[in-house]
Formats: sequence, structure tokens, C-alpha cells
Amino acid sequence: MQTTSSKTRARTLQPLPDTPRRAGILKQLRSRPTVRGAGLALLALIVLVLAAPWFAPQNPYNLADLNLLDGRLAPFSQSMDGVRYLLGTDDQGRDMLSAILYGLRISLLVGLASVVIATAIGSLVGLLAAYAGGLLDMLLMRLVDFVLGFPSILVALVLLAIMGRGVDKVILAIVLVQWAHYARIMRGRALQERHKEYVEAAANLGYPAWRVMLFHLLPNCLGPVLVFATVQVAHAIVLEATLSFLGVGVPITRPSLGLLIANGFQYLLSGDYWISLFPGLALLALILIINIVGERLRTALDPKK
Amino acid sequence: MALFIVRRLIQSAFVLLAVSLVVFLAVYAVGDPIELLVSPQASPADRAAMIARLGLDLPLWEQYWHFLVRALHGDLGASFVYGTSTIQLIAQRMPATFELVVIAITLTCVVGVPLGLVAGLYRNKLLGKGILSSSVLGFSLPNFWLGMMLILTFAVWLGWLPASGRADPVSVLGIPLTITTLQGWRHLILPAINLSLANIALVLRMTASGVAEAQSQEYVKFARAKGIRPGRIVMRHILRNILIPVITVIGLEFGQLIAYSTITETVFAWPGMGKLLIDSVYHLDRPVVVAYVMLATLIFVLVNLVVDILYAALDPRVQLVENAA
Repeated sequence: MQTTSSKTRARTLQPLPDTPRRAGILKQLRSRPTVRGAGLALLALIVLVLAAPWFAPQNPYNLADLNLLDGRLAPFSQSMDGVRYLLGTDDQGRDMLSAILYGLRISLLVGLASVVIATAIGSLVGLLAAYAGGLLDMLLMRLVDFVLGFPSILVALVLLAIMGRGVDKVILAIVLVQWAHYARIMRGRALQERHKEYVEAAANLGYPAWRVMLFHLLPNCLGPVLVFATVQVAHAIVLEATLSFLGVGVPITRPSLGLLIANGFQYLLSGDYWISLFPGLALLALILIINIVGERLRTALDPKK
Repeated sequence: MALFIVRRLIQSAFVLLAVSLVVFLAVYAVGDPIELLVSPQASPADRAAMIARLGLDLPLWEQYWHFLVRALHGDLGASFVYGTSTIQLIAQRMPATFELVVIAITLTCVVGVPLGLVAGLYRNKLLGKGILSSSVLGFSLPNFWLGMMLILTFAVWLGWLPASGRADPVSVLGIPLTITTLQGWRHLILPAINLSLANIALVLRMTASGVAEAQSQEYVKFARAKGIRPGRIVMRHILRNILIPVITVIGLEFGQLIAYSTITETVFAWPGMGKLLIDSVYHLDRPVVVAYVMLATLIFVLVNLVVDILYAALDPRVQLVENAA
């Protein structure tokens, strides 16, 4: 601990402009075993999920592949035609392992898409508020306070109750409840930066305001926003899973991990634990990995250290 | 203080107004309000009568005005499914939710603060590190899945506790509660644990980092130099100073928990407001959803107000109104 902090201090003392801070952070991250483990696991998971169609034992969306007679088989049991189900099957005879691999795709898709869109919208709003100042700043930030004043699960639930279910609608609902976080962080960061010399220099060169904002101010404010976004991917995935569990999320034809868990709920009391347990473990692993990477990223980028 | 409360009340009224406008626009203006508000099973004559009664043929701003006036009179429409006043319907379910939330908050304080204290004091030992690392689980575990696993473990496998539902309530001062009976507690304990776990992790981490920070402060060093017993330093000097943000968070979480109880209530079939909300979403009972949102907003606004006032009462340095003196 002591050595790393003195090392970073030594590094920041170096006046050389060609030693970028970012490289130092990556090196620092790579040197920690937990982070390396979590990072590798995340990478492996993404590859696994992208390649799912080629090696998943079954296409869980193709009803012709499913055999109702194989419904609710315990893990490791054999099907009528000799296929082994490592993690058992659900009520429709769907192989849980395949369903989890495909479900991870939907969960990751929703998580990543909603965070990318929310980051873009929130950052632009925060940037605009900080740069414009005055009345516009006040109005935008009041809106942010208003949105953040409500529990996200409730707002998303009510939005989806009105809009109906669907992958795109879930993404939209998550964006609507999350953009304000980014706006607040970006505004705080941009307020610190906006009176620095390079911003004034760019403005004095006669560049239009949008150019100063997007090409000069934005790149220097993005760090904390991106760190926050990493952790928010986990939040978005949990939110999607919860909404799907409550029955307002993704449609039954494209089951995410949350919907798989919900699906197994009715069989839980009769002891068929695997339908809910394994998708839940997959979800938990995904969230833990993202949280660990995000948390270490934050400590590494923390300017106070 | 009075000035602050009046100011905050006016602010709160504006928040409620804004929410009512958003809800109104969402339900009445987006899509066909007739389809949303008139039951699909209604006959054409009933339909026409409903449209006239709800004033759906009036201009939009006039409809909003009527909606507001009715809301201020405590009339947020009638449920399609039950046919009774939505406000009454939600009010009947409130005691169950509040009971659950209050027990969850109590658990949060009783478990979260001491664990956080230990984790903060022994943060370089295995014990502290272990507590802090396992608290990550509290954030990461998806709440609804955790609830299901609690049912699986304690109700299905071990058979110690009932899987779902609420015991028959006993009237305490006119409020139907279940905390006075053993059977009530047997039903209550799993949902309460489920609802409080994320908050236990949150409070634990706040307390731990507060303790760590306070230990290097001058006043703690001074107390130690004076030769005060370590136990007294922790209880009188450190804990008192770090409890203020912790209490604020717990207070604010009260409002959040009412929303999150929706999930717990669904998993454990707990007959509270949240379960009612989800059932109403399934049955397309939109007046109940609208009424729930308005009531929940009212609760959040009131909770925030009370927390702000408590905050000032606990920490005399906090000034609610600038230049009040």
C-alpha cells in the first residue's frame, strides 16, 4: 500500500509531458491480483456470451428444439434422446445452461446500451449546464434534482406499466431514470474545468461554443463520469432483472436472466431449485465482477490518493 | 426554523404539482385516455357515460384542472378491479408495508452500525477486511433473487419458517399489526431481512469509513493523549460524530424502502402497498397506479422534510436558513 502511493506520487512529480497518467493507471490496475482476476473473468464472460450460438448445447429460443417431456429435469439428468442437461431444464424442457448463456446476452445488451445512452445524454446536459450557467443551468439542475428525488425502480416500473414490455422499452426506462446521475457528475467536473486557461484560450481563438465544449472541455471531464458508468452497468443489469422479474421488463420470447429466475419462482416451493438458482448465480457473478472492476478503477483514478 | 419549514413546504407543494402534471400527461395525454381509464369490459353506454363523467371530452388544460381539484379533495378515482376508492384501497394496505419497513430500518441500525464500527476499528485485521468484503455482496445480490433463496433455504429445505404471506393482524390502537404475535414474527422475519440487507451493507460501509476517518482527526488524538479509555473514545467521541450522516442516510432510505418493498412484497406475497401496485399493473388497474404514485411522492416529500429538520436538531452547526440569526 505504502509503496504504491509513494510510487504514484513520484510519477505525478515527473514533469515529463510524454508520460501519460492513463498508462500509469492501467499498470497499477494490472498489478493487483483481484482486479486482474475480475478483469479476465469479465473478458472471458463477454467472449462466452458473444460466442454462445456456436457452443451452447441448444438454441433456447427455437421451440422445435425443446421437448416438453424433458421439462423440469434435475441437473445432470439425461433427456429422452440421451442428451445430458448439466444444469437441468425448466418447465418447457429448455436446457438451463443454454438459457443462461442466451439470457446473459440480453442482460449485458440492456445494461451496456442503457448506460451508453444515459452517459451520452447526461454528459451533454451536464456540460451544457456548466458551460451556459445562469438560468439554463438552474432549470436543468432542478430537473436533475427532481428526477433523482424518486427511487429508480418505482419510476421505471410505472413507466413500463404505461409503455408495455420490450427490450427497447426497458432500455428507454433505464435511461430515463439514470441520465440525471451523469448530468450531475459532469456538471460538477465541468465547473472545475471551465475557467482553466486552455478553455479560455480555445474560446479566445474564436471557436464556437459547441466546439469548445465537445473537443476541449469534454475530454478533460470524462474520467469520473466513465468510472461511474462502469459501476452503473451493474445497476442497470440488476434494474432490468428486477423489472423483468416483476413482469414489466423484457418479453417472454427473449428471456433475460431476471425473467429466467422469475420463471423458476413458481416451482421453487416444490423444491425445483435449479430453475431459479443457476440464472441467479450467473447474474450475481456478472454483477460482482463489474463491481470489483469498477471499484478498483475508482480507487486507481481517485485524485486524493 | 419556522421559516425553513414554510419554505420547504412550498417547495414540496411544487414537487407534488410537477409530479401530478407528469402523471397526468403520462396517463391522460400519451395514448388514448379512454382506453387507459375506462375498463375494456364496459358496454358502449357505460363507456359514453364514463367519458362524460371523467370529462375526457374537455380540453386538456381543463381536464388537468379537474384532475387537480379532485386530487386535492382526496379523490384519485376508483379502482377498476375493486370498484372502491383507490386512496382507501392503498390506505388499507399501508400498515402492512410500514410494519415491514420499520422492522427493516431497525434491523439496519442494530446490525449495520455495530458491524461497521468493528470493520472500521479493525480495518487492517482479517475481521475488518472480511466484514467489508462481504458487504460487497449486500450491494451485488439482486434483491428479488436473494428473497427467493431465503424462501428456498428457510422454508423449503429447512422448513423453519413460512414461505410467504402475513399472519392474521391484531389491532393495536386501531392499526392492524402482526408484530405482537409469534406467528406474526415468523412471517415477518424473512421479508424484513430481505428488505434490509442492501441498507445494512450501505450503513456498515458508511460507519466503517467514518470511523477510519475520525481516528486520524485531531480531537481523537487529543482524547487519546489525555488518557481516555479507548472504549469511551469510540462511544463518546467517534460514534457521536459519525452518526449524523448515518442517521441522515437511514432517514432518506425510509422513503426508498417503501418503493423497494414492492419487490420484497411480491416475492413474499406480503399484502402491502407494493404488492397492490404490482397486482394493479398486471390487471391494468391504472387509477390505482396513479394514486400510488401520488401517495408515494407525498411520503417521499414528507420524509425528506423530517430528515432535514432532524439533521439540524442533531448537529447544531447546521443552519437551515442562511443568515437566519
